[in-house]
Amino acid sequence: MNDLSGTPTAPLLEIRHLSKSFGAVQALKEVSMTIRAGEVVALAGDNGAGKTTLIKAVSGVYAPSGGEILLDGQPVRFASPQEARDRGIETIYQDLALADNLTIGGNIFLGREPMRKALGFLPVLDRRRMAEAARETMARLDFHVSRMDAPVSNFSGGQRQAVAIGRAVYWNARVLIMDEPTAALGVPEQRKVIALIHQLKAQGRGVIFISHNLQDIFAVADRIIVLRRGVEAGERRISETSHEEVVRLMVGG
Amino acid sequence: MTSDPHIDRAAPVAPPADHGAGRLTLLQRIAKLRAWLFLGALLLFFEGWARIVYGGTFLGNTYNLQSIAIFAVARLLLATGQTFVIISGGIDLSLGFIMGLAAVVAAHVVVWANPLMPAPVAVLVGFLAGVLIACIPGAVNGFLVAYLKVPPFIGTLGMFGVARGVAFLLAGGTTVPVSNPVLSALGNSRLFGSIPWTVIIAAVFILLMHYVLSQTRFGQHNYAIGANPQAARRAGIDIRKHLFRLYVLSGACAGLAGVLYTAQFSAGAAQAGEPLLLDSVAAVVIGGASLFGGSGTILGTVAGAFVIAVIQYGLVFVDVKPFWQFISVGVVIIISVLIDQAQRSFSGGRQSE
Repeated sequence: MNDLSGTPTAPLLEIRHLSKSFGAVQALKEVSMTIRAGEVVALAGDNGAGKTTLIKAVSGVYAPSGGEILLDGQPVRFASPQEARDRGIETIYQDLALADNLTIGGNIFLGREPMRKALGFLPVLDRRRMAEAARETMARLDFHVSRMDAPVSNFSGGQRQAVAIGRAVYWNARVLIMDEPTAALGVPEQRKVIALIHQLKAQGRGVIFISHNLQDIFAVADRIIVLRRGVEAGERRISETSHEEVVRLMVGG
Repeated sequence: MTSDPHIDRAAPVAPPADHGAGRLTLLQRIAKLRAWLFLGALLLFFEGWARIVYGGTFLGNTYNLQSIAIFAVARLLLATGQTFVIISGGIDLSLGFIMGLAAVVAAHVVVWANPLMPAPVAVLVGFLAGVLIACIPGAVNGFLVAYLKVPPFIGTLGMFGVARGVAFLLAGGTTVPVSNPVLSALGNSRLFGSIPWTVIIAAVFILLMHYVLSQTRFGQHNYAIGANPQAARRAGIDIRKHLFRLYVLSGACAGLAGVLYTAQFSAGAAQAGEPLLLDSVAAVVIGGASLFGGSGTILGTVAGAFVIAVIQYGLVFVDVKPFWQFISVGVVIIISVLIDQAQRSFSGGRQSE
């Protein structure tokens, strides 16, 4: 393995020689990477380089054709995204994440809503608990909301991204995989998401951050792994590389 | 590319202290309450008419209120089931004939049970049979939509035809009369001499459905599925199971409407719910739901159903040609949808398509 990260903590997530082929097409060939607690690893590469295939293999969407995934040093196999999530690996997609018509609390607790007994016998949704948990969670992300009863459709793109991250944080995700979290956002919103990623890092979570935007990558990542046509083209510490070098790795030559 | 790559790195941006999203604009408030505003305006109009033209009162007359309530019962029940389905992003076109099927089956079963058991038991058995029968087409709808991925419009349109045919076959092409004192008492007598029993049964059921939609996981998941099925699936909700139950519930609502029809008229008729289907969709839309799914409430639908009932009864009251009913209801639907669209485009809400 590489030791570019240079930190002494044991890896949270380790990917060893991961391959994935679809029929005759090999989308991913022997890619390895590690993520430590409190570390942000950027995944870069041109379209079709294998970034999405890699994260889908890690998050349980695809079963890898070869190689292994270790969580806390233990080999794991995820049959479904649900299993990966149960083990603390949460993927945050750009727009598939939220039910727009529900509140922040409703989204955080979607599918796992807390209930209480009204009048001593009638089970009802515990909206106050959802709102309080939502307020606390969002405050941990430095995101203070005045009205917890508004549907998330009232919020901006960056704020919605924060809600999706908040849900992962609330359910104790240890590794967050973020697929182009800034792509659909305006510049101030992008900066807000970058600030959120700094928060996650400070909380000791591992982040895999996929982006086309080198500015964002250099603003937040500790390391960058560049993929090209399914193979690892290079891995660099952000403090020791430059935009030019990364671009060279991406396009080859 | 030539800029210093580290320039952004040291300066994480502090987000502003408070995100003020979530304040409702005036337009949003109007849109939310539009069914109640329509209802209030209509009642005011008919009250004014009664005072000026007849020198009497519209609202002060209990007979008017009872008639409107009885008139609204079946529409309310169908619209309640329709509300659940429309919030999930679907539509149920079969409700009218499921109601007719339940009415016919309930009538047949009460006729069969009359000589075998005491009158109240016969009525109870007939009611149960009617509601349970209505769950079968509901379950088929649910299976088609949830498991075979048939679009709700098409699947329930097919069931519209099937339920219609079966109901007419079972009724022998005519109505099925029943003679049972308890049944007719249930359909026509009043609590304290003023509140019809059918209205009370419907009100209790609708209150229960309001609870299910607004206070349970089932209701919460229904909204989530209507807004974003992928998000719901990713959150671990079993969408197929949910949709299946949803269409069974919707069928059961129509079943209850059918058995109450049989009680009210002491007869089952296959065409009992025929004119009510589009009224049920109209009530849901006037009540504030979007046909794209994800929004709507039972209370809104109740107001929407009463808007239709008040228009239809009120225009008889003011004695104009009945065709004005169609025009009035049509105009209210269009205005209602226009308010909804204005609210969406002006308030800057990020509604997904």
